[in-house]
Amino acid sequence: MSTPVSTATTSTPGERARALFAVLKNKDLIPEGYIEQITQLMEHDWSPENGARVVAKAWVDPQFRALLLKDATAACAQFGYTGPQGEYVVALEDTPDLKNVIVCSLCSCTNWPVLGLPPEWYKGFEFRARLVREGRTVLRELGTELPSDVVVKVWDTSAESRYLVLPVRPQGSENMSEEALQKLVTKDVLIGVALPRVG
Amino acid sequence: MDGFHDLGGFQGFGKVPHTINSLSYKQVFKQDWEHLAYSLMFIGADHMKLFSVDEVRHAVERLDVRQHVGTEYYERYVIATATLMVEKGVITQAELDEALGSHFKLANPAHASGRPAITGRAPFEVGDRVVVRDEYVAGHIRVPAYVRGKEGVIQHRTTHLWPFPDAIGHGDLTAAHQPSYHVEFRVKDLWGDAADDGFVVVDLFESYLDKADRSQVVSA
Repeated sequence: MSTPVSTATTSTPGERARALFAVLKNKDLIPEGYIEQITQLMEHDWSPENGARVVAKAWVDPQFRALLLKDATAACAQFGYTGPQGEYVVALEDTPDLKNVIVCSLCSCTNWPVLGLPPEWYKGFEFRARLVREGRTVLRELGTELPSDVVVKVWDTSAESRYLVLPVRPQGSENMSEEALQKLVTKDVLIGVALPRVG
Repeated sequence: MDGFHDLGGFQGFGKVPHTINSLSYKQVFKQDWEHLAYSLMFIGADHMKLFSVDEVRHAVERLDVRQHVGTEYYERYVIATATLMVEKGVITQAELDEALGSHFKLANPAHASGRPAITGRAPFEVGDRVVVRDEYVAGHIRVPAYVRGKEGVIQHRTTHLWPFPDAIGHGDLTAAHQPSYHVEFRVKDLWGDAADDGFVVVDLFESYLDKADRSQVVSA
């Protein structure tokens, strides 16, 4: 007599991931070094420090800024920041009257090579559900209070364009070096939920 | 597919669990198995060319709703990859169950087989008013429901073309390649007064759009 298959899952997420790995490994479907190579990219090579270098250069170099706004794929390629989920890059220019913010309401699409893999909160149901509808409120809750005359524009990453926000260079940064400017550009600044701040 | 994944505008969620600049992001993976989610997916999508990333997205959408709500982000991609590997005949449910020591619950089967792109039309231009086609698609689609039937303005036409998601998302390798358009919508046109003022820009494939009927355009 057979027992019915339970639909309840008693295993942990890690056990399920390792089970899939074991089945593929057992069939010799995992190429030597493949997982290590892609994990190196995900953990180290794709980083918001890449995006920070792009933004800082755009702040100090008008020619590069023009290229970034016209063809961000080419601008990022100058640094070698290309790859999966970063093949068609568009830079979103903030102005004193406009704040751009990025989301992927349908899943988690992010410009991996330039911003790094998305953080948990960006992939969470709260951000995906709420940002498109109440952007100003979500930004305030996250810690970014915008003047009422600043327009919020949310970019839903629903196809192959991958974005980065080019924020307004902050007051007080006039005498800073390009390297010092990079430190103002955090991952949250590149996503658009934070503004760069001096000090 | 009008599934739970289509979260844009869904009400009832609390605060985003984050405060700006509070994380170093230096430790990308928080648990020792998380890197497997994308790396195993890429073995199927990139190395083996067994399925497209669009099919992975659709497989995540096909997770049973209660399971979808209760799973961690990276786990959904493990389940999606396992589901596609089984559906493509590379591994079996029994092998997964045996390796796990209990039932490995996969995503539900697809309810549709996809659809082709609309081809042969003139492209849209920047500044055009367009309307998102008022259509219901049981399979994969990259239109969030909150813009279905809504009017917006084209801000950008991509210089690259990509396979139509509603076809490639079901494994149709003949999918027509199309540009997508950055279409700007007024938030008030999407949710009336039950929203903050502002704009949302959605990146929409050409097949999802029609030119808006100019006679219905009310000038602002």
